[in-house]
Amino acid sequence: MLMGLYNYWIVVVLMMVGFYIVIAHGNLIKKIVGLSIFQTSVFIFYISMAKVDGGTAPILSDGISKYSNPLPHVLILTAIVVGIATTALGLALAVRIKEAYGSIEEEEIQKKDNLDC
Amino acid sequence: MNISLATMLQLSIILPILAALGIVATGRKPDLREGVTISTCLVLLYFTVNLYQGIKQGESINVQWWEILPGLQLSFNVEPLGMIFALIASFLWLITTVYSIGYMRSHQEQNQTRFYVCFSIAIGSVMGIAFADNLFTLFIFYETLTLSTYPLVTHAGTEEAKKGGRIYLGILLSTSIVFFMLAIISTWFVAGTLDFKPGGVFDSNVNTTVAGVILVLFIFGIGKAAIMPFHRWLPAAMVAPTPVSALLHAVAVVKAGVFTVLKVCVFIFGIDLLSVLPTTQFLLYLAGASVLLASLVAMRQDNLKARLAYSTVSQLGYVTIGALLATSSGVIASSMHIAMHAFGKITLFFCAGAILVAAHKSKISEMRGLGRQMPITMAAFFIASLSIIGVPPAGGTWSKWFLLMGTMEAEQWILMAVLMISSLLNIAYLLPIPFRAFFPGVETNSVNVGIKEAPLPSLIALCITTAACVVLFVYPQPLYELAKAILTTPGLTYGQ
Amino acid sequence: MLAHLPILQVIVPMMAAPLCLFLTRPRLVWLFALIVSGLAFLISCILLQQVMTSGAIIYELGGWDAPWGIEYRIDQLSAFLLLIISAVSTVVLFAAHTSIQKEIPVDRHTLFYILYLLSLAGMLGIVATGDAFNVFVFLEISSLSAYALIALGKDRRALWAAYQYLIMGTIGATFILIGIGLIYQMTGTLNMNDLSMRLPEVAHTRTVFTAFAFIIVGVCLKLALFPLHLWLPNAYAYAPSIITAFLAATATKVAIYLLIRFTFSVFGLSFSFTTLPLQILFVVLGLSGIFAASTAAIYQKNVKHLFAYSSIAQIGYMIVGFSVSTTTGLMATLLHLFNHALMKSALFLALAAVMYRIGGVQLSQFQGLGRQMPLTMAAIVIGGLSLIGVPLTVGFVSKWYLILAVIENGWWPVAVLILLGSLLAVVYVWRIVETAYFKPPLAGSEAIKEAPLSFLVPIWVLVIANIYFGIDTRLSIQVTQVAAQSLFGVGPP
Repeated sequence: MLMGLYNYWIVVVLMMVGFYIVIAHGNLIKKIVGLSIFQTSVFIFYISMAKVDGGTAPILSDGISKYSNPLPHVLILTAIVVGIATTALGLALAVRIKEAYGSIEEEEIQKKDNLDC
Repeated sequence: MNISLATMLQLSIILPILAALGIVATGRKPDLREGVTISTCLVLLYFTVNLYQGIKQGESINVQWWEILPGLQLSFNVEPLGMIFALIASFLWLITTVYSIGYMRSHQEQNQTRFYVCFSIAIGSVMGIAFADNLFTLFIFYETLTLSTYPLVTHAGTEEAKKGGRIYLGILLSTSIVFFMLAIISTWFVAGTLDFKPGGVFDSNVNTTVAGVILVLFIFGIGKAAIMPFHRWLPAAMVAPTPVSALLHAVAVVKAGVFTVLKVCVFIFGIDLLSVLPTTQFLLYLAGASVLLASLVAMRQDNLKARLAYSTVSQLGYVTIGALLATSSGVIASSMHIAMHAFGKITLFFCAGAILVAAHKSKISEMRGLGRQMPITMAAFFIASLSIIGVPPAGGTWSKWFLLMGTMEAEQWILMAVLMISSLLNIAYLLPIPFRAFFPGVETNSVNVGIKEAPLPSLIALCITTAACVVLFVYPQPLYELAKAILTTPGLTYGQ
Repeated sequence: MLAHLPILQVIVPMMAAPLCLFLTRPRLVWLFALIVSGLAFLISCILLQQVMTSGAIIYELGGWDAPWGIEYRIDQLSAFLLLIISAVSTVVLFAAHTSIQKEIPVDRHTLFYILYLLSLAGMLGIVATGDAFNVFVFLEISSLSAYALIALGKDRRALWAAYQYLIMGTIGATFILIGIGLIYQMTGTLNMNDLSMRLPEVAHTRTVFTAFAFIIVGVCLKLALFPLHLWLPNAYAYAPSIITAFLAATATKVAIYLLIRFTFSVFGLSFSFTTLPLQILFVVLGLSGIFAASTAAIYQKNVKHLFAYSSIAQIGYMIVGFSVSTTTGLMATLLHLFNHALMKSALFLALAAVMYRIGGVQLSQFQGLGRQMPLTMAAIVIGGLSLIGVPLTVGFVSKWYLILAVIENGWWPVAVLILLGSLLAVVYVWRIVETAYFKPPLAGSEAIKEAPLSFLVPIWVLVIANIYFGIDTRLSIQVTQVAAQSLFGVGPP
């Protein structure tokens, strides 16, 4: 039972790993990496959920009556695009932060901001 | 000019607010600006007198504006109680304006335009309160009044004025938002209407506990009635220029408070329901305590305006007691006391202002022997004091008389004693002032050299209000009839 | 043409965004964006008109039947939201050209308008669509452009605020994505209408329960519900002033819309309020939000920060109204949504004008502004009074309904707490009033003049709307009433 759902275990583990990195790490790049892992886990969740046992790729051809569900795959194509955009924007912000603050460590940035006030 | 009474009713609310625009427009030319103010006062007085004639002939005058929320309309109706309030306010506005022209100019106050603008809006709000036909309308103008008087309190712009303004706004706004609004919404929820109806809006089988709680919310929420412990704003507001203290904090604002209390007691609860509510007795004692304590505090004040302010707190307690007694004498006493106290207290404030302008004195201890230099002012102070205390030949006698009758009818012996003691206290904190002014005991001429009477406009104003105190004693009939008509069906049986 | 309005509403700003690249002069781009936003406003007016007369409009994208194709469904609630968003966007955009002159380098002006239009399109899309996955896509379109817009602020802290918002926002959106995936797994559909019919069959499963929890938390992150609000104050404070006005009036409102849409339409009332202790949870969070954020607002030195905290508090009011879960409560929430959009856009736009003239919005810089910028300060005072809930302003109307709803439910202590909470608003609004009117102007500030007309016109349009809709409530009350009733399944669908 538990092993039968191993794809979900992978999803959950990845999700927790990503989430932990986002929360625990002070380095802005690492945070974004964590965020990416977090998002990827959701992609895997969608993709694996669409798999039908014994089903093939959803391309119509003779002699095959069992297909995997194509819709989640299509959806996740969109989500991947969104994910890339998010990562790109996040990295771009990190670059700008580095230029403005001279650091990408959360603690140092906070410290500099507090000095400003 | 032929204007229908309904139009006059609407104009009496809109006109002062329009006048505020006129005052802004003419702000750079003081003479023109004061001209606008005075003419507005005159027209307003003309309107209210006409409205009075109207209801005297038994006409019902009402106006509906639009609905703000479904079932909650802005609507106005002239009934005797509101008429009393409107007449007093519009008449005293005229007098105060005359007075303040003298006062503000000789004091060379700044921001005079803002002063007159806010004053005008405040009077418009007072008219709205006086003629409101439902609690909702009343509440709206109640809040407008608070906000429009705030800049008047902080007029001086000093740190002290700002602090006073903070207390003023803080108490008035918080009581009205937390208690008053809650009481109104609860009433709307329980009774399904907010219209003022003779005999009240609640069903006869309403849960008395709920209604009792709502009554407490109302009495606490109407912070302008200055029932202890929500009275602190009134002494704090005394940092305002004297004309403001005179009109707003002896007449318009505080009277708007007790007027609302009276209106709620008579037209929302109805005196029959009021007398059986479990919380009425508690509130009566609270008001009684307020009367006594405020008198005691007043005795200890050396600043004349502060003493007058505490005296006002105490006198407002009378009106609340009258309303809560739930007898016809009580209601008559309360409504008459609104008028009597208004004339008496405004005279006292005018005198305080006159002394400040002419002699630059605000402390009572410094006023010894001032009667020689300012005989008219001090004589006026004496007569007005008599009115507050409630002895002939001044108008206050009558309202105190009915109030005592009311306590007897309701068999509230403790309250009767409270009223008696309070009158004695009144004597103790008011009469020594003119007495020492005329009979200083020691020679004080050297100190008071060069002091003359106040400027003529101020003097005229205070003479008029003093005369009114006396006239109301000799000829209280019209006022009494109006007061008596409150409990009969408004506008119909009156005067027949 | 009229039949295609639901899609035009979204597609017009979205297509217009890249077109901005072809216009070279910033002024032209601004005019173009303004026209596009105005067009969106016009469309939303027509849509609302149509929906109010003939009920919900269903539009099938590309002619594919739902639930296979994506469906746009405009009911009273969405039409109302579309109107708010497009109206605020248009009014705010009016002042944009002048405002960003001093806050954003000229070479980025075109980008600014592109992002603005994309963000607008995203929000309109969230509200217009009837497809759960589509919601996610539009949510990310509007959020990504919002992050970039915030990062355009001239203070370097804008970057940091945008980054934090990006992390929090992405987590929220991903949570929503997980929730949507789970309910898709259980029902095999993404169409909201279809979902609402199929979910009851599987309502008892743990998967649906988990999905619901994920979606609620995700949405609450987006709407900055206390204690998930930490991203908001800095994002609002350091964004370009125009963006603050725009986002404060729209972004959280869209999140509230999503909350209502998912709980009422998709999961259904009985499920939403029985599986999780949502009612008690939201009352407590809403009230603590009101108190915590209002108290924080009192101690702010930066006026933008101050109003940002006040926004969090106002969201608390909406959540309390929502948690009552009666028609009146929902009406209160929707009314406050509309009214708060009016107040906050007016206030933040006035702050934009202050920013334009004196280059900062520290409270200490407000000294004596009452004389120097009388019209702008008067607008802030009226907006502040509306925030407090003084009669004759819109704030009063929503507060009235909120208290009424709470009392109808018998929650007396909550009513008292709400009213006490609004006293805190008095304090923070009055700090500004006192500084501006009763303190002498700072030395060397004699040259400060009233804001230019391009600010004053939109500010006063909004201020007058604040008063107008406080006096004539027919439109707002009628629409919210019908919307609330239809969500409860009574009255016309």
